[in-house]
Amino acid sequence: MLQLKRDTQDNLLLGAIWSSAAITILFLLWVVWHILSNGFSHVSWEFITGAYTRIGEASGIWSMIISTVYMVGLSLGIAAPIGIMTAIYLTEYAKPGSKVVQMIRFCIESLAGIPSIVYGLFGMTFFVTTLGLGFSILAGSLTLSMLILPVLIRTTEEALLAVPMSYREGGYALGSSKVYTIWRLILPSALPGIVTSVILSIGRIIGESAPVFLTAGMVTQIPESVLESGRTLTVHLYKLTQELFTQHERDQAYATATVLIVLVLILNLATKLIANRFNKAS
Amino acid sequence: MNKLEVNNLNLFYGDNHALKDISLEIPARQVTALIGPSGCGKSTLLRTLNRMNDLVSGVTISGDVKFEGEDIYSDVDVKQLRMRVGMVFQKPNPFPMSIYENVAFGLKAQGMKDKKQLDSIVEESLRGAALWDEVKEQLNTPAFGLSGGQQQRLCIARAIAMQPEVILMDEPTSALDPIATHKIEELMDELRKKFTIVIVTHSMNQAKRISDKTAFFWMGELVEHGETSQIFNQPKDLRTQGYVSGEFG
Repeated sequence: MLQLKRDTQDNLLLGAIWSSAAITILFLLWVVWHILSNGFSHVSWEFITGAYTRIGEASGIWSMIISTVYMVGLSLGIAAPIGIMTAIYLTEYAKPGSKVVQMIRFCIESLAGIPSIVYGLFGMTFFVTTLGLGFSILAGSLTLSMLILPVLIRTTEEALLAVPMSYREGGYALGSSKVYTIWRLILPSALPGIVTSVILSIGRIIGESAPVFLTAGMVTQIPESVLESGRTLTVHLYKLTQELFTQHERDQAYATATVLIVLVLILNLATKLIANRFNKAS
Repeated sequence: MNKLEVNNLNLFYGDNHALKDISLEIPARQVTALIGPSGCGKSTLLRTLNRMNDLVSGVTISGDVKFEGEDIYSDVDVKQLRMRVGMVFQKPNPFPMSIYENVAFGLKAQGMKDKKQLDSIVEESLRGAALWDEVKEQLNTPAFGLSGGQQQRLCIARAIAMQPEVILMDEPTSALDPIATHKIEELMDELRKKFTIVIVTHSMNQAKRISDKTAFFWMGELVEHGETSQIFNQPKDLRTQGYVSGEFG
């Protein structure tokens, strides 16, 4: 009798677990299928490399791709060195549990919790107006760097902490300096984890819309310098979805979404590959 | 002649008095074994000799440790000290790089770039650690591919590549099987001709087999030290007698 009851409980729980997993997978597949089935047939070489025209049939997203690349490159160029060096400070130099570390950690966690639109508002007020950068790739990148910094620091920290203490001891026991040991032993060992965190940051940069159009604007031309405005793919999609009046406009939106989804899938795949290699090495 | 001299050394981890007024001389080109039950302070003492305790926060030290007459906590640069006093750890800790790069790591950290010079020191060190014949064909393969015993000999090669005067060994065979242990012990018999060796060991048989001098620690105190044969055959202290006869510990 008791056994029977236990079996029923087991089966119920198992059922709940299975159906939750199934729902998750189904939703994911559904979303991807929905986007791809509506958009894939409208993605063509001309669409990817063509210039954007507001009314014409042969409109493309080339300038958005270029703006996105600029945005990713510049944001990472600003945030990655700062984030990685902060993480090195926190794991290798700072005294664990000291006041300074606690304060920095608190700041990082608070930064991570701020809604991205608040970053956008700050960026628009400070970078765009006060610093006079105008709506530009640079103002957008500065804003996005602040946005990705907390995650970048946390994930890099985890990668560094995952490097066994015995490597550090081994390095120092040979009389190597701290900088050499970090640079030649600890960082290379943590590199796969750091690369993973950088790729996740790229995903975040590509995914943001509100803080980007508040700071980088929405100009659909290819920006000639970082001081010019540009429209990233996600901002473009946001704009398109606001004006879905004709079938053509719908097609454009789905095609852009398809490009975005494929990009994100590729990024996730790259993360997986690197993580796998990491697991094999250790 | 004494290579290392510990005088009235006290060490605290926070409030925990881990080493109590230790005084010990470590003679050159001999093997000194530190024995005692877990937590007796023998590994802690070993780690004061090359200042590895610097890596642990909350450690305070009084008294002094002299290396060839110089106080290592005030007169000597810690990087210089660690080059002259090498260390081999309990668990083999090769770096995630090739066998060659493991041995060359410390040399490159000192700025040695000459390929020929590096090649010859790497070979000499691997020969010195009785590993050369086993790995000479695979110097550029990852060190993780080696067996546990080979990894530990690689770590010994890495240490002797720095041409140290002293090698500290922290239970170097406790993670190894009996055959690998035997190889390391044979190797130590060779190493004692060139280096001063201080070894922490849990195995009294190992201490008996390989050491010239033995020091017995008990709850942070150095109870007794002297010739290994004396410590094992005519211990003066009852606690030593109890421990070496296997009554406790």
